[in-house]
Amino acid sequence: MMIINLLGLALIALIIWWFWIYQPKNESLEAVQHQPIKVANGVYQPAFVTVPANQEATLSFIRTDESPCAETLVFPELNISETLPLNHVIEIKLPALTPGSYTFHCQMQMYRGQIRVEGES
Amino acid sequence: MTHELNLPNQPVPSQKGTGHHEPERHETEHKAQQQNNQTTLMIEGAGCVSCVGKIEGALKQVPGVQSANMNFADRTVLVEGAVSPDQLIQAVQKAGYQAKASANNGVDTLEEKEEEDFKYYKRLLRDMAIALSLGIPLMAYGLITGEMSVNTPTERVVWLIVGLLTLSVMIFSGKHFYTGAWKSFKNHSANMDTLIALGTGTAWLYSMVVVLFPEIMPSVARHVYFEATAMIIGLINLGLALELKARGRTSEAIKRLIGLQPKTARVVRNGQEIDIPIEDVVIGDNVRVRPGEKISVDGVVIEGHTAIDESMLTGEPIPVEKQLGDEVIAGTINKTGSLIFEATRVGKDTALAHIINMVKHAQNSKPPIGRLADVISTYFVPVIMIIAVLSALAWLNFGPEPSLAFAIVSATTVLIIACPCALGLATPMSVMVGVGKAAEAGVLIRNGEALQTASKITAMVLDKTGTITLGEPKVTDIVLTSDESKDTVLQLAASLESGSEHPLALAITESAKEKQLDLLTVDTFNTIAGHGVEATITGKQLLFGNEKLMISKHIEIAAFVDQAQSLAAEAKTPMYFAVDGKLSAIIAVADPIKEDSIAAIQRLQANGVRVVMLTGDNRNTAKAVAEKVGITEFYAEVLPEDKTQKVQALQMEGEIVGMTGDGINDAPALAMANVGFAIGTGTDVAIESADITLMRGSLHGLADAIAISKATLSNIKQNLFGAFVYNAAGVPIAAGILYPVFGVLMSPIIAGAAMAFSSVTVVSNANRLRFFKANKS
Ligand SMILES: [Cu+2]
Repeated sequence: MMIINLLGLALIALIIWWFWIYQPKNESLEAVQHQPIKVANGVYQPAFVTVPANQEATLSFIRTDESPCAETLVFPELNISETLPLNHVIEIKLPALTPGSYTFHCQMQMYRGQIRVEGES
Repeated sequence: MTHELNLPNQPVPSQKGTGHHEPERHETEHKAQQQNNQTTLMIEGAGCVSCVGKIEGALKQVPGVQSANMNFADRTVLVEGAVSPDQLIQAVQKAGYQAKASANNGVDTLEEKEEEDFKYYKRLLRDMAIALSLGIPLMAYGLITGEMSVNTPTERVVWLIVGLLTLSVMIFSGKHFYTGAWKSFKNHSANMDTLIALGTGTAWLYSMVVVLFPEIMPSVARHVYFEATAMIIGLINLGLALELKARGRTSEAIKRLIGLQPKTARVVRNGQEIDIPIEDVVIGDNVRVRPGEKISVDGVVIEGHTAIDESMLTGEPIPVEKQLGDEVIAGTINKTGSLIFEATRVGKDTALAHIINMVKHAQNSKPPIGRLADVISTYFVPVIMIIAVLSALAWLNFGPEPSLAFAIVSATTVLIIACPCALGLATPMSVMVGVGKAAEAGVLIRNGEALQTASKITAMVLDKTGTITLGEPKVTDIVLTSDESKDTVLQLAASLESGSEHPLALAITESAKEKQLDLLTVDTFNTIAGHGVEATITGKQLLFGNEKLMISKHIEIAAFVDQAQSLAAEAKTPMYFAVDGKLSAIIAVADPIKEDSIAAIQRLQANGVRVVMLTGDNRNTAKAVAEKVGITEFYAEVLPEDKTQKVQALQMEGEIVGMTGDGINDAPALAMANVGFAIGTGTDVAIESADITLMRGSLHGLADAIAISKATLSNIKQNLFGAFVYNAAGVPIAAGILYPVFGVLMSPIIAGAAMAFSSVTVVSNANRLRFFKANKS
């Protein structure tokens, strides 16, 4: 029983680490320009993008996921919301941003991603 | 794809008449042709620069293509030539790459979207049917026999077959849950799919272990849960299908707006009327509209007159008369007469396109009230996973035998019943319907925040001119003092004033025009500064001006001074008109109060809103107007810059202030107010500084906007409350909190049904807003 309890607690620790503590690797803006961010199977691929500070950038998205939730793309901090029609590439123009991280997500936040703006402020 | 709304605020370029030179016209047409034969393709899978040549080459070989230029940086190709995008995509595919036509966000993707939604809907239903056709018989068997355990070798074989059947259902009907769960897991995120996959996966895996290795389980725990897996997959697919249907209804308003856009227009080119696709209409085209037809693009009437139904955009039920020089708006319906207008705004620049964009944007934005739910949903799924683990541990440690089976059931049920979607959908669905509903009533709400604040407004500041009043002086009274007829007086007065640009003069000429009176030639004309004018027309000696003019010219007016003064007390400007030395009439001009201002202000007051009027006019006029519309609190002679201070003063008193103005002069005050309302007229639909734009001039829009936002907010609250309570109660019950007292543990199937219907309930509740009637007082 002791072992099972310890295993359970380890599992909880693992959940906390995997979903909250782990810092995923960011994709560079360049990589995203070559291939639009895919909205499929409940995720943005890639979901973490680094963008240089103080300059405008364009992100393109293509949705292949039929779930109606995925249709809306929201950048809450930037007051951007865009509808992504199925199988069409949509470009999102980001304004010049100060360093920091900005999230983007679908209408009900099941799909989440983040842009990290790096550089000097 | 811009996300910023730069809505037109500038007046329509007036290109009345046929001032176009022929060669110029040709050029515009030529350009338009070219534009229409351009296709932009997005290329996928082009990894190196050498691909550029290959793709361009492949495209150039397609018959009809004039040129193909690829931009390697953004992976797009611009193709010129009259070729369908499909042909081009095929050519690219043949060359070994993937291509997509770049989306022109909006009008034409609507049908595509509906078609895709329908396909998805059918697939969900099919998945549901397959899963349930296994789940229901299994469940029925379990209920009837009470027997779902593995004891004999025969049972093992039978259950193994059932287990494999369940696996095929999981693969076939539930594949999207598992791939979604896996992909997001890899991304260090978790969502609804994660919960469903974990829940059904746990149940299936446990059952398979029971079937394959019964000896490692205590005999009481040798129970299988295949029916739960199949039923949950079936029910959740059903839930998704129902949710999709209900979601479709939440965007009805925007669909209706998009549907207003006609597909073709009848233009006059080279003296011939031809029907062309709406995209081919260019600025300057003369468009013919017959009775019953829709206006295709924005424009200015150059021939004919008619009444146009603008209710779909402004909410104004009475058709609006249009004649030479008047603006017509795309999407409105021509009622009676035939009409030719010149296109002034086409494509994405039409008022309708801007409205659609603005409504879409607002529908996707969130009011602050949804923030807590957002924060919760960020942590929701992992927390549920932890609760599931804790619940299993609790059963294993303290539960009765078979504690392992109880642990598995409770963990599965916790995972399945928890519904982050209900929380996530609560706010956006209501905002979607509420903003759409408002748009139908002619009220454009900029974003979710404006929506929420509007529901709390306690004081409304109204600018007088152009808001309570029409903003254009009109002849209100003609008091005859001799035996001339009203028409004659008006005709003479108008002829006399025809050369003047003064607003009062304009009011008189307009009034004569309305009555279709011909203007006469003025023989001599003399302006007497500060007094009025003196002229002769067809031999008649005319005087038109104020009291001073009459006295200086020795006209007998003593008997009528009282009458003139009582007109002045009603906020009108009386002017004396004399013919051949005898006073013939008193003509009063005023900026009339809009027909429904009184009723609308009463409605606001009845709803407990404190109404305050501001005006730059003098005290007498202000007082007369305020009294007439039933406002007790008003400030006269307020300079534009002081309006902001008045708004601030009210805010200091603790009021949530709405400010209504024309959006141009009042911009700072609109920005200072908690909610700025701009009164739009015609195509001037959305004004930058305003949080809410009323497309119809009527002040009823204010009461409508407040009523709709109140209804939306309470709908959001119901949804959020429901979703919170559902999860807060459902999860502990699923974990087995009722067991120690009542000895019952929820079945995972019930949890699946509850979860599927919780999100459907949220969407359906939001849909109730569609039936909300704003204009009931
Ligand atoms: Cu759910």
